[in-house]
Amino acid sequence: MRVAVWVTEGTWPACVDAANDLIGSQRAEITLLHVREGGRAAPEPGFGSLMGRGRVRRASEELQQLSQDAAEQLLDQAAERLGRVATVRLETGFPERVVTALADEVDYLVVGRDGDRSRLGPQSLGKHTRFVIDHAPCRVLLIWPGSTPAIGSIPPPPPDR
Amino acid sequence: MGEVISVAMLIAVLGFAVIRPRGLPEAVAAVPAALIVLLTGALSWAQAWAEIQHLFPVVAFLAAVLVISELCDADGLFRYAGALMAAKSRGEAHRLLVFVFVLASAVTAVLSLDATVVLLTPVVFATASRMGVRPKPHAYACTHLANAGSLLLPVSNLTNLLAMSAAGLTFVSFAGLMALPWLAVIAVEYVAFRLFFASELSIPATNPEPPEVPPLPRFSAGVLALTLAGFVVASFFHIEAAWVALAGALVMLTRALMLKQVSPKDVPGFINLGFLGFVLSLGVVVTAVVEGGLGAAIGAIVPQGQSLVALLLWAGLAAVLANVVNNLPAVLVLLPFAAQAGTGAVLAVLIGVNVGPNLTYVGSLATLLWRRIVQAHDHETPIQEFTLLGLLATPLAIVVGVLALWGSLLVMGGAA
Repeated sequence: MRVAVWVTEGTWPACVDAANDLIGSQRAEITLLHVREGGRAAPEPGFGSLMGRGRVRRASEELQQLSQDAAEQLLDQAAERLGRVATVRLETGFPERVVTALADEVDYLVVGRDGDRSRLGPQSLGKHTRFVIDHAPCRVLLIWPGSTPAIGSIPPPPPDR
Repeated sequence: MGEVISVAMLIAVLGFAVIRPRGLPEAVAAVPAALIVLLTGALSWAQAWAEIQHLFPVVAFLAAVLVISELCDADGLFRYAGALMAAKSRGEAHRLLVFVFVLASAVTAVLSLDATVVLLTPVVFATASRMGVRPKPHAYACTHLANAGSLLLPVSNLTNLLAMSAAGLTFVSFAGLMALPWLAVIAVEYVAFRLFFASELSIPATNPEPPEVPPLPRFSAGVLALTLAGFVVASFFHIEAAWVALAGALVMLTRALMLKQVSPKDVPGFINLGFLGFVLSLGVVVTAVVEGGLGAAIGAIVPQGQSLVALLLWAGLAAVLANVVNNLPAVLVLLPFAAQAGTGAVLAVLIGVNVGPNLTYVGSLATLLWRRIVQAHDHETPIQEFTLLGLLATPLAIVVGVLALWGSLLVMGGAA
């Protein structure tokens, strides 16, 4: 089977562990994907007020480099935790689009809940994650990183029902 | 005729600054444009000289502060602050955001918005990713606060330095009147960030172990504190604060060169002569535009008096203009008129031009349009996210900031 793991800050360890559980002793082609928000997905706000200062480009390049290094390090850590042979992919662009496109090429996509995790509910999904889950053309394994909130965290139904 | 030339030159200078063909410095267009304005007689040499004499100390002051900030960075002050933030955040992204807000507001206030964008943002980004939290809200907070946090001191923003002398304010009176608006604007931004990035901020760090915090670079921290105290003291003795900044910069530069933290060939880069040329030339071109017929037209539309409504109008006008042509030309155009209306009007203009650029994520409509043209062939959906945050937070921050300013003026009696 083909399994893709969406590696993002904060949720990746739980996703990697879940992928390992899912695969168990089966043969699997695993892809670890991290998407850097680049270009128009992550503009450089505030630079406009630094009119005339040539140094802005330096800051911009430094940030690009830092973001590249951080992403590579994240994927290295994920690959190490996985402990299996895996394809590592680092892409730049709109994360929800890139991940959904990858989902078309695999059987399973492993995604972590990256919103409010204090209670069960729709707020537990960040906007990009929601897009991926709504659109993924494959099976999705959705993880609660850390501890799962109790079933009692769902508010009671409205009284008029 | 002279007016047509001046306006054409202003458009050329601003257009060049936005497009930056081949990455050439802005001064490449601005200096010849200023010369054309002078040679065609659109502005007299005497008027130009008066403008340059007025602007030079202001820009030199900023240049000295930028040297100080670069040398604080070379001495490890920013790295120290980054490690301290990571250690105090205990692996919680929303705690880190609080520290980022405090640090970015302080760095912007003391070392200018340039230092926050150029020196602090990379440190904050690295800190967040080392902790294993999503860096986006934190890096974005830095750039937002570089604008919104630049109200407190004259040194926080070049626009403030330009306004301080126009409004007849001292270092201390400026800070006194702007402290409340500064805090109010930052508070609005903080609430906006907590709401907007609620999902990203709720994710705990994957690497919550606090990093080893290096020792505080005592020398640069000490010189920085003394320089700041010097600004206050100099203000009482009517000494130009620029001299204090220059002294601080020289002390730090001497030590940095002795310790080989920086090499002599880096120094011209710190001083940024191209920027000096750009601001002086822009000042000359804008003066030519304002002295011509357009000045009278602007004079007819600007608000009168210093009532709360007038202050709001001043700030709104300044914010709109800053978004159309950028903050620096906006403040140069509006200052002469605001100064006639009074201190409150000048400070309201500053709230507009300093906070306003957060409205569009690139700072000005001109830049935005240009990016649109450049990216016309790119079929990806336009970004909504960042523009939305700006549109939500910025108008509210400006209104709250002006209300705070109005309160300060009532209490401190600056509205007279």
